[in-house]
Amino acid sequence: MSPIVSFRDVHKSFGAVPVLKGLSFEIEKGQVVALIGRSGSGKSTALRCVDRLEKVDSGEIIVCGHRVSDPKIELRKLRQDVGIVFQSYNLFPHLTVEQNITLAPRWVKKANRTSARELAKEVLAQVGLSEKIDAYPEQLSGGQQQRVAIARSLAMRPQVMLFDEVTSALDPQLTEEVLRVIEQLAKQGMTMLLVTHEMAFAARVADRVIFMHEGLIHETGSRDILRNPATAELKSFVGVGL
Amino acid sequence: MIASLLGISPAHWAALLAGLKWTIFLSVVGFLAGGLVGFIVALSRISDSVVVRAVAVTYVNLIQGTPLLVLMFVLYFGLPVFGLEMPPLAAACIAMTMFSAAYLGEIWRGCLQSVPRTQWEAADCLALARWERMLLVILPQALRIAVPPTVGFMVQIVKNTSVASVIGMAEMTYIGKLINNATFQPFRTYLIIAGLYFLLCYPLSWLSRRLERKLNVAHR
Amino acid sequence: MDYSFDFSFLRDYWPMLAEGLWLTVQLALMATVAGFLLGTLCAVASTSGSRILRAIVGLYVEIIRNTPLLVQLFVVYFGLASLGLKFSATTSAVIGLTINIGAYSSEIIRAGIESIHKGQIEAGDCLALSRWQVLATIVLPTAVEKVYPALASQYVLLMLGTSIASQISAEEMTAAASRIQSDTFRPFEVFLVIAALYLLLSFAMRGLFWALGQFAFARRRKLGTTL
Repeated sequence: MSPIVSFRDVHKSFGAVPVLKGLSFEIEKGQVVALIGRSGSGKSTALRCVDRLEKVDSGEIIVCGHRVSDPKIELRKLRQDVGIVFQSYNLFPHLTVEQNITLAPRWVKKANRTSARELAKEVLAQVGLSEKIDAYPEQLSGGQQQRVAIARSLAMRPQVMLFDEVTSALDPQLTEEVLRVIEQLAKQGMTMLLVTHEMAFAARVADRVIFMHEGLIHETGSRDILRNPATAELKSFVGVGL
Repeated sequence: MIASLLGISPAHWAALLAGLKWTIFLSVVGFLAGGLVGFIVALSRISDSVVVRAVAVTYVNLIQGTPLLVLMFVLYFGLPVFGLEMPPLAAACIAMTMFSAAYLGEIWRGCLQSVPRTQWEAADCLALARWERMLLVILPQALRIAVPPTVGFMVQIVKNTSVASVIGMAEMTYIGKLINNATFQPFRTYLIIAGLYFLLCYPLSWLSRRLERKLNVAHR
Repeated sequence: MDYSFDFSFLRDYWPMLAEGLWLTVQLALMATVAGFLLGTLCAVASTSGSRILRAIVGLYVEIIRNTPLLVQLFVVYFGLASLGLKFSATTSAVIGLTINIGAYSSEIIRAGIESIHKGQIEAGDCLALSRWQVLATIVLPTAVEKVYPALASQYVLLMLGTSIASQISAEEMTAAASRIQSDTFRPFEVFLVIAALYLLLSFAMRGLFWALGQFAFARRRKLGTTL
C-alpha cells in the first residue's frame, strides 16, 4: 500500500540557513506519527512543507498522491485532502463557529446551507462542542477555540491531519481537552502527523515517533523510544522534556 | 522674445508665481494663526471647566461640520451687511484661521490625551502647579507625538487655500482660471496648477510620513 | 447694530434649497459608493504583491492627496471637455469626487488589509479556498470592519466637499445658496441656513453609517466589541 505522506531527500533553506538537510520518511494510512525535536530542528518546517506552506529547494514530497514538491501543483486539490491545525488556532473572528466550519465546504465543495449546517453539527459533536455552534471565537476559551479549529479542518474530510504544536499556546488545564479530541481521532483511524512538545501524550498516542535534530531524522521508532532512547541526543532531549 | 515654458508664456508664469506667493502666504497665516487659536482650543477641550469644554467642543463641531467654502462665503458676503469691510484677503485669512484652528485643536487634543495618564499623575505627585505640569512634563511629550500629524495637516491647509479663489483671492487657482480665460487651454493650464500644488505638498507629505516612522521606531 | 435678520426668503426659496440639498445628497452618496468600490479595488491591487500594481496605485494616491479637489474638478470638467470628453456638470462632479475619495479610501482600506494577521490567510488557504475567496470572505470583511470609522469620517468630509462642485456649475446646495443670496441680498442669513443644513447632513450621515455598520457587521451588533 503506498504511503499517504512520503518525503524523499528533502532540502530546504531559509536564505543562507539550511533547515532541512535531506529529510526522508514515510507515513502509512492510519498511522499516528509524532514529530519531536528542539527548536530549530526543522520539525515545524517539515510539517508546513506537507501542506505547501513552505516550498522545498530540492527533494520530493508526495501527499495523498499529489506531488507537493512540484511547483505547478494544484494547491486547492491538495488542501482538500490535507487538514492542518495551527498553534494560534487562526479562527476567523468575524464569523460564528458554524460559519467558520461551513465556510470552506460551502465555497469549495459547493455544499448547500442545510447540508453544511448538518456537517457542522456532526464535527462539533466529534470535538464535544455542539452547544457552541452559534458562538463567536472571542466568546470561547483557548481550548475550545482549538477544538473548533480541529472541527473546521475535519469538515473538509481530509485524508491526513497535521497538528503544529497545537497545545503550546494553551494553559495546562485547557491542554487536556484538546489532547482528548486528538486521541479520539487517532482511535477512529485518522492518519496524523503531530509536531508536539507533549512527550507524555506522544508516548500515549503515537504509533511512531520521529526525533529530528539539525534538519535530519536522528532517531525513529515506536513510542518506546521515548522511554528507552537509544541515542545520546534523544536521551538528553527526553530528559529535559519530561 | 523669451520662449514659453510648457506652453505658458513668461508673463503668465510671472502671474502664477505671484499667485504662488499668495498661496504660501495664506498657508502660513492659516498655520500660524490657526495654530495659535488651535492650541487654545486643544487646552480648552481638556479643561476642568464644563463651560470652557462645551464652548470648545461646539466650536470644533461647527467648523468641522460645514464646508470651508461656506465659511468663506459667510465671512466675505455675510459680514459686510453689518457694515464691516471685508476684502477677499481678510475673509480668506480669517476663514483659514478658523478652519485650521478647529482641526489642529482636535489633532493636538488627541496628542495631549495620548500622553500616558501616569505622566500626569507623576507630575502631580511632584507638587507641580497646573501650568508647570503642562509646560515641563506634558507638552514636551505631546509635541513629539504631534509633529507628524501636524505636518500632515499642513498639506490640507495648502490644498484648502485654493477655495479662496472663489471669493476673488489672487492665489494660484485664481490665477489659473485667469490664464485659462486668456489661453483656452484648460487641460494644460490646470494640470500645471495641479503640478505646482504637488510640488508644494508632496515634500510635506513625505516629511510627515518620515517623521511618523521615526516616531514609531523611537517608541518601540 | 442696525441690521434686522430676515429669514423670510425661506418661504419663497425653500424649493430651490431643497433641490440643491437633494443634489448634494445624491453627489455624496454616488461618490461614496463608487469611491468605496474604487478604493477597495486599488487597495487589493496594492497589496497583491505585484510591484507594478503597487506603483500605479501609489502614484494615483500621491497625486490625488497632494492636489486640491477644486483643481481636480477643473481638470475633469474643463480640461477633459477641451480634449473632446464633455460631461455634464453633475457627471463631472461625480467623476471628480469619486476619483478623489477613491484615493483616500484606498489608503485606509489598504491599512486595514495589512493589519490582518497572516495566520488568518494561511488558515483560509489551507482550507482549499482560492485567493479570491480568501479575499472576499476573510480579508475584506475583516479589513473593512476594522477601518470602518475612518472610512465613515472620510465620507462625511466628502459630503462637505461636494460644495466645491458649485464651482463647476453643479446645482447643489452651495450653488443654490449663491443664487438665492444674489436674488434676496440676504447673504448672511442664506449662508447661515445652509451651514446649518450641512451640519444636519453631517449628523444624518454619521447616523446612517452607524446604522449601516450595525447591519453589516453582525458580530459587532451582537457582541458590541470591536475587532
